[in-house]
Amino acid sequence: MSEFKVVGKPMPRDDAWAKVRGELKYADDFSLPGMLYAKVLRSKYPAAKIISIDTSKAKQLEGVRAVLTAKDVPHNETVTRFGQSSEVGKGFEGLYRVLADKKVRFMGEAVALVAADTEEIAEEALDLIVVEYEPLPGVFDPVEAMKPGAYLVGENGTNIIGDFGCSQGDIKKGFAEADIIIEDAYQVSFVDHAYLETEGGISWIDDYGVINIRVGSQVIEHFRDVADVLGLPHNKVRYIGTMMGGGFGGKEDITVETYLALLTWKTKKPVRLVYTREESILCHSKRHPFVMKYRVGAKKDGKLVVLDAELISDAGAYPYLSPWVTLYATVNAAGPYCIPNVRVKSYCVLTNNTFTSANRGFGVPQPNVVYESLIDEFARKFNIDPLEIRRINCLTTGKALSTTGQVFKTHVALPEVAEKAWAALGEPAECPDGNKKIGRGLAIGLMSYGRMTFLHDSSRSYVKLESDGSVLIRSGIPDLGGGQVSMLCQIVAEELGIPMSRIKIYYSDTALTPLAGTTTATRQTYMSGNATLKAAREIRKQVINKAAELLNVNPDKLDLVDEKVVVKYNRSEFLPLIQAIKACNNAGVELFCEAQFNAPFTITPDLSNIRGMTFPDFTFGAQAVEVAVDTETGQVEVLKLTTCYDVGKAINPLSVEGQMEGGSIYGMGYALTEEVIMEKGITITPSFAEYIIPTAADVPDVKAILVESGGGLGPYGAKGIGEPSCSIIAPAILNAIYDAVGIRIKSLPATPEKIIRALKKDYFKK
Amino acid sequence: MEEYKVELTVNGEKISSLAKPEESLLKFLRRNGFTEVKCGCEKGECGTCTVIINKKTVKSCIMLALQASGKEILTAKGVEKQELGRKLQESFVNTGAIQCGFCTPGIIVTAKNYLDQNPVPDREEIKKAISGNLCRCTGYKKIVDAIYDVAVENQK
Repeated sequence: MSEFKVVGKPMPRDDAWAKVRGELKYADDFSLPGMLYAKVLRSKYPAAKIISIDTSKAKQLEGVRAVLTAKDVPHNETVTRFGQSSEVGKGFEGLYRVLADKKVRFMGEAVALVAADTEEIAEEALDLIVVEYEPLPGVFDPVEAMKPGAYLVGENGTNIIGDFGCSQGDIKKGFAEADIIIEDAYQVSFVDHAYLETEGGISWIDDYGVINIRVGSQVIEHFRDVADVLGLPHNKVRYIGTMMGGGFGGKEDITVETYLALLTWKTKKPVRLVYTREESILCHSKRHPFVMKYRVGAKKDGKLVVLDAELISDAGAYPYLSPWVTLYATVNAAGPYCIPNVRVKSYCVLTNNTFTSANRGFGVPQPNVVYESLIDEFARKFNIDPLEIRRINCLTTGKALSTTGQVFKTHVALPEVAEKAWAALGEPAECPDGNKKIGRGLAIGLMSYGRMTFLHDSSRSYVKLESDGSVLIRSGIPDLGGGQVSMLCQIVAEELGIPMSRIKIYYSDTALTPLAGTTTATRQTYMSGNATLKAAREIRKQVINKAAELLNVNPDKLDLVDEKVVVKYNRSEFLPLIQAIKACNNAGVELFCEAQFNAPFTITPDLSNIRGMTFPDFTFGAQAVEVAVDTETGQVEVLKLTTCYDVGKAINPLSVEGQMEGGSIYGMGYALTEEVIMEKGITITPSFAEYIIPTAADVPDVKAILVESGGGLGPYGAKGIGEPSCSIIAPAILNAIYDAVGIRIKSLPATPEKIIRALKKDYFKK
Repeated sequence: MEEYKVELTVNGEKISSLAKPEESLLKFLRRNGFTEVKCGCEKGECGTCTVIINKKTVKSCIMLALQASGKEILTAKGVEKQELGRKLQESFVNTGAIQCGFCTPGIIVTAKNYLDQNPVPDREEIKKAISGNLCRCTGYKKIVDAIYDVAVENQK
């Protein structure tokens, strides 16, 4: 296609007007007559035996319609899947319980469910359920939990639920060759997704006995998991996915759906359940804290020669997606650098903390904090410019990932993105006042888009050209706010030469839309974009072939533009699209298509030494910041923030910039303020007053720079950007703090307290 | 528990309904169909439930419905009926200031009330003005752009 008409143009999204007018009905904005209100009774202890549960008083309360405990759940022990159709095994399908049975493993674990006529009655009923607990010691530190004799969180003989590795070269030889070796340990914190819409939904049984669940979910394929819990055939549970008020991985695992289905099944009535903010922070998944020990060696010229890393992730109380996250961290442990001798060993460990699972970045931001801090240290030790040391060591097209040896056949935009991000900082700011010191930091990184290739991922999409020239799309794609749905409309508008306003899309419904797979793993532009492109091109071909007959020209000479089939290079010669459609309809030519796109398939690797392709492709980026550090208060202000990624091709530049700007600030919160603090398993930050996300007053105007190499595997050469966009900023900020005041913060977040303690060591020693 | 009659005006429409003393204005509004007022925290921390009462922005989750009795309330749907509100909506759409959209009605309400009283602010002032409204998706850049563009237009 010579020239784009819709793709690549910054344009308002399909869903923008409904949202700005407050008309979009999110999960919590929908109600049904006679619906019941659900509440969840949650464990008060992070580790305890359940001696008994007495629900009799709660059941007697007027207006209570159901009280359920583990014994009422047909299949209470289940596993987390994330929509994959292939069975991977090897501990990847993480066990969890719908409701706690005999033992509670984290504070806030669901113990009982109530459905009642009003929310108030449901709450009162919770108070009437008597649970007798016997507190157990528990274990709250993953390093402790790995030791022999540690308290066992689950029922197996060990708390270690994942154990991965990869290596190349010979690290002994590497350390012998190195001129300087840096050895250090870093820690990163629990992070909440903090979407403004908490988890919620409503369920009912339709005329045909099917349980319908209208819910904000990134994975509508969970209808199968809900059906399995109830012991129903999969086709008796339907998900109707709503537009989400943010997801960030937190709506990837099942949230309210199983509870809703159980209560609706029991009462035969519509049921609504929406988590409170406190519940959302206390009881749903978090980003993994990691303890990361690195030993890295480099030659005098700045060339990295060896990297030895040990990564320990805190899975919390149930596996969920922790093994997967830890695997991502393992593959990304050496970052975008060519290092001949590498060994990475990683462990994923159960504790009695709140469970951890997917969070934007999925195991990639954590090791990035370490390797980007260490390379900054090398740059300082060798007196090499931060950009130069990255130039010397970074991957380029045709080179291989230093952990798995996966070769980069597509374009690698390094060091280009780093040069652009660094240069865009411009002239340094003047020091605002005496106590403040200015510093700059740079970081680069890579992250996959698309799921691990041994999951055998696919997406399907249906496109139909109607007889009046309007278009209907059906795609199971969930939209968490990133513009996933609108992106598909833009692709179809481009291919069929029609305006966006002529398109209607139905999305995220397991009964009506072909399954498109999960809105996770930064996969939808790549996967569903390609599936939709394939379907649209099939229809385009039919229309053009028919028009070619009528116009008596070669189909190669025709294009679809402005609702016309035009002769290229002579647009005055054309056939109105509507006439081509009529001709197709009269001739019985199909103007609909359901297409499937498959990612590359590989076999499950040897997880103790992962080699070869594990991901379809990667997105490369760089971020740079200028900060002011107040040496009296330890406060860090980010004055400038630049972000540059090779996005392949921006389908909608406004949406891509939105991801890059939003991702940067998501990562800035990780670096500076955000931490779910748990003291022996008890969360002490259960609101936005304690869990601090950036406000408008805290942020610089992010400068987003898009590189469009066209080298991606998505439609028109697009790559994915959702998760990569947030995965690099934290070490850029840490490096800038060092540049400003000469202290290296090795645990996130870099709070004023940590900075002031490091700055005024002598004072705190007294 | 005893219920009391609450009579108030929402976007020019008279609403009369019984409410328990502890019911928040947020719950009252949502129960009466004004679902553009979003519930994000119920503690006055996130700003998704912001409405305008007497030219002041109020987080409706921390005001009781009974306290609002007799008052005139403006939600995002009411703001839309005024020229400045429509301009803000259009600006939000065109600058790409909307991602998940959950914070959007609250921010539009805050921005409208602020610009009514401060028609030509600079970017830093806008940032302070909306700092009581959290957004997790956008990083705020395009939201500030959208409001600033309307402010610049006001200057002309």
